[in-house]
Amino acid sequence: MTGQRILPSNRLLYAGIAALMIVAVAVQVVRDRGWQPYEPESGVMWIRSGPLAHRLALSFDNLAADVYWIRAVVYYGGVRRGARQIKNYDQLYPLLDLVTSLDPYFRIAYRFGSIFLAEPPPGGPGRPDQAIQLLQKGLERDPLRWEYAEDIGFVYYWWLADYDKAAEWFKRGGEIPGGAEWLAPLAAVTLAEGGSRDSSRRLWTELRDSTDMEWIRTSADRRLQQLDAMDAIDELNKNTQQFIARRGRPPANWRELAADMGWRAMPIDPSGSTYALDPATGRVSLSRTSGLWPLPDERSVRGR
Amino acid sequence: MRAIALVAGAVFRESVRDRVPYSMVVFAVLLMAASYLISQMTAGQDLKIVKDLGLAAIAIFGLLIAVFIGIGLVSKEVERKSIYGLLSKPISRPQFILGKFAGLMLTLLVNIAAMSVAFYGVLWLMQLVNPGVELAARAPATDPRLLIAIGLILVELAVVTALAVFFSTFSSPLLATLMTIGLWVAGHFNADLRHFEKVIDNDAIAWLARVLYYVLPNLAPFDIKAEVVHGLPVTLRHVVLTVAYAVVYTGVLLTAAVAVFRRRDFK
Repeated sequence: MTGQRILPSNRLLYAGIAALMIVAVAVQVVRDRGWQPYEPESGVMWIRSGPLAHRLALSFDNLAADVYWIRAVVYYGGVRRGARQIKNYDQLYPLLDLVTSLDPYFRIAYRFGSIFLAEPPPGGPGRPDQAIQLLQKGLERDPLRWEYAEDIGFVYYWWLADYDKAAEWFKRGGEIPGGAEWLAPLAAVTLAEGGSRDSSRRLWTELRDSTDMEWIRTSADRRLQQLDAMDAIDELNKNTQQFIARRGRPPANWRELAADMGWRAMPIDPSGSTYALDPATGRVSLSRTSGLWPLPDERSVRGR
Repeated sequence: MRAIALVAGAVFRESVRDRVPYSMVVFAVLLMAASYLISQMTAGQDLKIVKDLGLAAIAIFGLLIAVFIGIGLVSKEVERKSIYGLLSKPISRPQFILGKFAGLMLTLLVNIAAMSVAFYGVLWLMQLVNPGVELAARAPATDPRLLIAIGLILVELAVVTALAVFFSTFSSPLLATLMTIGLWVAGHFNADLRHFEKVIDNDAIAWLARVLYYVLPNLAPFDIKAEVVHGLPVTLRHVVLTVAYAVVYTGVLLTAAVAVFRRRDFK
């Protein structure tokens, strides 16, 4: 006589699995409270050679480029927002170089990469030379991409204050087939009045209005806000000078100056932070806690 | 022709019964869904990365199906001794090989079609959730040109399947796996052999490298993923010639498989 085998119930086992899983999570939570994994100050990139990475990726270069791009973005964001006083961005250029070697048409890696690289400390490594190198690599691979020439012009203009070079690159970008029409006049303006806040404002406005990339628009907006803040600081310094002329001493705080000037509110910068007022000298500057800090070097952007 | 269709149907049914393609499709779909999460860290490059990941997933899972099912197509029948029963039926050995190949290609076609539908679904959803996602990309989200890249992946897999079937006719599954994957890797490095004379002075070696370039499968031209994702032009001539190459090369491999299998003694 054959009977059907009665399958044993697994209910207890399922409950056991769930209970053990909960214990595993709990143990991890407790362990992580008192243990931090070792993080070297500067990570190691095992593969630095673009051609080698290209070979190792077989037919998945684009996917490898994406992985390294995410790594570059996370690395940049991690260092920038990290708690360390001295920000070390040593790996940024090698990462971006690898990304663009694996995917030579990764437009955003060249353009964002140059923004990241040129940004001065603590927001970035302050390496406009590397930003130019990266963009030139992009232009070699894709000579019709006029935006790279435009971006090189920006780096020369904004970070290196080399207006002749900036104008040269704007002109070159305008000459590339399909290049923006505003680049040729921009080259002329840069040569004539390079570095003035008005020409800088025009530059960033053109960039913001012509790009289809959200991050570049955000970056241009931030630069425009910085220019507005610089104008506002000039005005506020005039106000404190008038106060000193009347009272023979600088204002002790904003409240005193506001009362003296008849303002209803204290002045705030475009990011919403109060400006810093030095009670000893009466000098107004951007607060270090402001989202717009640090302002670009006055050497590169002259007053109006 | 009917015999080939019967064998192909049996291969397809068996692969469905094995559930291997199902699990891979589920995995591919999960991967593409995961890609959506990953895209949150990509600084506006969601669309490019999801396209890269989707195409790579289709290529990788297709390759795994082609290799791991392909290498067992003939050797499994021999191991299980079911080959005696099969060959006693009115099926010739060439029909058997061609049927096995056609069956696996049908499995691949169905799987890749399922993965492609899921892939387009993810892209369509991205476009729906964030209509601005296309702005930073050079190609539209649900770009029909992606189908050209997927089509060439399928054609490349036909060559890989033919390799697996060929090795399956005379070697063990492990050896067939190693040789198929080895030739797939070599196939993507093949272009280097063509330029060997530029780095080496020895004429004989340079000549040998050139011969190998033409004899080994050249799989790099099948990869147009980057061009499609970046919206770069892919000429019709390239696609047609690459497909023609695959047809001819697959024909060579299947003929060789038939030649080996016809003379094989199963006693």
